Amino acid sequence: MAYAGKRGDKKDDETAGNPYANLDRTTVLQEARIFNETPVNVRKCSAVASKILYMLNQGEVLSVREATTFFFAITKLFQSQDVNLRRLVFLCIKELCKVAEDVIIVTSSLMKDMTGKEEGYRAAAIRALCLIVDPQMLQSMERYMKQAIVDKSPAVASAALVSSLHIATRSGAGLDIVKRWGNEIQEAATNENPMVQYHALGLLYQIRRGDRLAVNKLIAKFTAGRHLKSPLAVCLLVQMVSKTIQEEALQGTVTASLFDFLESCLRHKNEMVVYESAQALVNLRHSTGRDLGPAISVLQLFCSSSKPTIRYTAVRTLSQVAMTHPAAVTACNMDLENLITDSNRSIATLAITTLLKTGNENNVDRLMKQISSFMNDISDEFKVVVVSAVRALCFKFPKKHTLMMSYLATMLREEGGYEFKKALIDTLIIIVEDNQDAKESGLTHLCEFIEDCEHVNLAVRILALLGREGPKTKQPAKYIRYIYNRVILENAAVRSAAVTAMAKFGAYCPDLKSNIMVLLKRCMMDQDDEVRDRATYYFYILDSQQSGLYNNFILSHLQVSIVSLERALQTYISNTTHQEPFDMRSVPISAEPLTVEDKKLLRDEIQGARAEVGREEARAAKTGATGAAPTTAAVSAADMYVEQLQKIPQIAALGPLFKSSLPTQLTETETEYVVKCIKHTFEKDIVLQFDCINTLNDQILEKVYVQVESPDSAFVVDGTIHCPSLPHNQPGTTYTRVRIPPDEVAATAAFTSVLKFVVKDCDPATGEVESEEGYDDEYVLEDVEVTLADHMQKTIVPNFAAAWDEFGNDSEHQGTYGMNQYKNVQDAVDNLVRFFGMQPLDKSEKVPGDKNTHLLLLSGVFRGGFSVLVKCKLVLSDSGVAMMLQVRSESPEVNEAIIQSM
Amino acid sequence: MDHPIVEPNMYAIKAMLILDGDGNRLIAKYYDETFPLVKEQKTFERNLFNKTSKGSGEIILIDGLTCVYKSNVDLFFYVIGSNKVNELLLTQTLTCLYESVQKVLGKCFEKRVFMDNLGSIFLILDEIVDSGIVCETDSRSVIQRASIRTEEQQPLGEQTVAQVLLSAKEQLKWSLLK
Repeated sequence: MAYAGKRGDKKDDETAGNPYANLDRTTVLQEARIFNETPVNVRKCSAVASKILYMLNQGEVLSVREATTFFFAITKLFQSQDVNLRRLVFLCIKELCKVAEDVIIVTSSLMKDMTGKEEGYRAAAIRALCLIVDPQMLQSMERYMKQAIVDKSPAVASAALVSSLHIATRSGAGLDIVKRWGNEIQEAATNENPMVQYHALGLLYQIRRGDRLAVNKLIAKFTAGRHLKSPLAVCLLVQMVSKTIQEEALQGTVTASLFDFLESCLRHKNEMVVYESAQALVNLRHSTGRDLGPAISVLQLFCSSSKPTIRYTAVRTLSQVAMTHPAAVTACNMDLENLITDSNRSIATLAITTLLKTGNENNVDRLMKQISSFMNDISDEFKVVVVSAVRALCFKFPKKHTLMMSYLATMLREEGGYEFKKALIDTLIIIVEDNQDAKESGLTHLCEFIEDCEHVNLAVRILALLGREGPKTKQPAKYIRYIYNRVILENAAVRSAAVTAMAKFGAYCPDLKSNIMVLLKRCMMDQDDEVRDRATYYFYILDSQQSGLYNNFILSHLQVSIVSLERALQTYISNTTHQEPFDMRSVPISAEPLTVEDKKLLRDEIQGARAEVGREEARAAKTGATGAAPTTAAVSAADMYVEQLQKIPQIAALGPLFKSSLPTQLTETETEYVVKCIKHTFEKDIVLQFDCINTLNDQILEKVYVQVESPDSAFVVDGTIHCPSLPHNQPGTTYTRVRIPPDEVAATAAFTSVLKFVVKDCDPATGEVESEEGYDDEYVLEDVEVTLADHMQKTIVPNFAAAWDEFGNDSEHQGTYGMNQYKNVQDAVDNLVRFFGMQPLDKSEKVPGDKNTHLLLLSGVFRGGFSVLVKCKLVLSDSGVAMMLQVRSESPEVNEAIIQSM
Repeated sequence: MDHPIVEPNMYAIKAMLILDGDGNRLIAKYYDETFPLVKEQKTFERNLFNKTSKGSGEIILIDGLTCVYKSNVDLFFYVIGSNKVNELLLTQTLTCLYESVQKVLGKCFEKRVFMDNLGSIFLILDEIVDSGIVCETDSRSVIQRASIRTEEQQPLGEQTVAQVLLSAKEQLKWSLLK
């Protein structure tokens, strides 16, 4: 126990034997023998019990036997009536019951304590007991629990309520039992003690949450009466109301009185309630569109509070609002600017990022300066938040790129973890790729960064970027030095990336070729296999003097999905004959290679940052996870189809899958039957996959298939695969195979489609069929259209001009078209990209400014493996957009098909 | 984008920590599975301590968790919740924890006396939060419910001879120093 007047020298304190230093279970187990002595020595036993607790708390893990030994030793202490010691015993029981065996034996002792006279440990006994019992035993003690819930001692009532809540959340059986105590819990909710109110309200909600009507009643009762004294309880009520409003909003019927309640809570005298309701109102805004004003002004007041936490809550909420409604936050700009210099860095950072979101072109400079003044002091997570705010800003004000660029470059040079550096590099790469004006300076900054970069991953990415973008700049030669430095100084992974980057310069810039070859020759002596192999490979390709080879084997990379390639190679190897060489064309082309996918993701995020709340925060929370996961998901979608289709023999026989379209809905989403269609293109066939869901719970559909017809085209329906049975809400799939007419000219067609099936009535509850006899029925679906895009895969050609020239004039087809439906060039370009299903190159999918002429470059692979390049010259005139189309490919039929489909 | 509908939830507290002046764990209570392994917990504690021990402020977002903190001499108190939880609730819990400990330790609010009263501190934590639900936010009730004898109430007879001697020695030293 503490005693007054102790003013010790600190050094003495440290050395004066700390009883808790170096505890281990063997010594503590020894000491625990004292528990067996009678009469119990309260002081010594308390000390040992504390030691046990401390040891467990330090993370010492006990075996089941050790835990059980401790447990039984401790039960001896029930002899003592000392309140403090008994409480420590409860705590030890709670800790040990997770591991020890036979803990059930203390039930009766605890039950006695729970109902006994000693006020000091009744509540604690309830907590310990409820941790041990299972629902079965709970039934036998129901009576005591009910009594405890309405006990006049708030400590006991609270303990009983909270323990009931644990039981109810732990298991369904527990919940059923606790539900029977409804009346007692109701009574507790009117208890004078605020904490009891809070716990009772929470428990009431927990047992009724499955039943919306009951929840509404609960809310009505407590919002009307205003007899909740506890701020915590009111906060809980606010959460319930907010959830109800959101659910109602989904159905389009919002009770106005609920809103009035939330707004009245803004005037509550407790700050916690005020904040909870402001937060709720701000979040509700998206679904309802009520005025944010009152909530914002409350938050504005919070901004000037003396308590850091309150300022933090205000600025955090404002930053969320700023993502969706920057205008609403502008009113607080002055207050936010004051917070930039806040001593709490978290607050300052959030204030800055919020201001960056609401800021305009004029004050950006000043803000950026302020940020750089405190970047050093904040945590990496917040740095990432700041970087993503800057990234969004770069897109908002492309003209400010010099400022941003120098700012990002300064940050690159500063200390920081991998996540932070990665965010910076991602941002810089996007700027370099998107903003022509910023390209040169951005590349220079990145070059300087890799001079001293500890993260292999980032160095490799930057080198790849240099290889891609560097050769297209005005002075490609100046980057070679940076790249070659890496070859001299770095580890194998970076060296091989550098070799690849150099080769790209050699392939793209004829005047650098001889120099590059000298450097590559040096790399051929490298000690690492990979580096040597790459250098040799590139050297001989460059030495061949054939620009076609450069294009195919240096500048462009593998455009197939790795998983499919592996599968194709395995099939080839297991095929024993090996008469024919492996044909790369048999591998399905992956829609887009990984790097592009990655960029897309980031770009989406930027767009998202403007439109979405909460994303930013999620990023701050899980910066690592977001990067990789969606990419792999996108890649595997195609592979998933392949796997799925391979299992069906009729379809597997068609050969390798060329392309799968995105699903299109053929019905409204809320009809009896929901059908969507995915088009799988093979070399000579198209398989239409129909994913059907039966939303009627009193029907089972059998022999489901889709009848398709295309009277106007030469496509022939070649068979269907039925879905044998389609119960309620379980997705089923049926396929229809269509043969593509052998003459390539007819690439497009429209199919009318009808869902045909046999209906059998069934019992909605059990799903059992009531009558074996069904009747035929059908359901008309929307038309399925096969377009040019279904025959085309996107590919990336790094050097369009070279590839274009290689085909030569002979393989070209032309056509001129007037497209009067488009009023500006960008619309026309967007539609053309969608129509062709090809990859736009050199950023030609974006029309800079409001220009009247534009050149769109597209590349792709036509079904059957024919590379296709397309040039569209677009001119805007008074009557609409006129287009000159040039198509070059290996096959005149393909050209014809493309021209025809226009 | 609509916000995902947030389920009202009483399980607000993820952890309560008390660390010493070097960032070592004195008491740590984790109430959910955010950090299932002791090793992960210790890494988190180390990380948290490094970011909060020198800077001013009382709230920080770390690993996506909101942490409120307060310190005195060589004792650091933390209450941790998810980033969705009402931060003011965390602060209130922290204040309660801090004040309760203060009441137990009296004037000697530092690690050594803290360790001497470890049993009582465990009881306090037990009263404030139960498996993540806030049980009490008023430090007076906590002290009363944990039935802790604070120094004023402690009868002299309860002190051991050694304690009395030590106390006498300290006072003598203090008077000599003057």
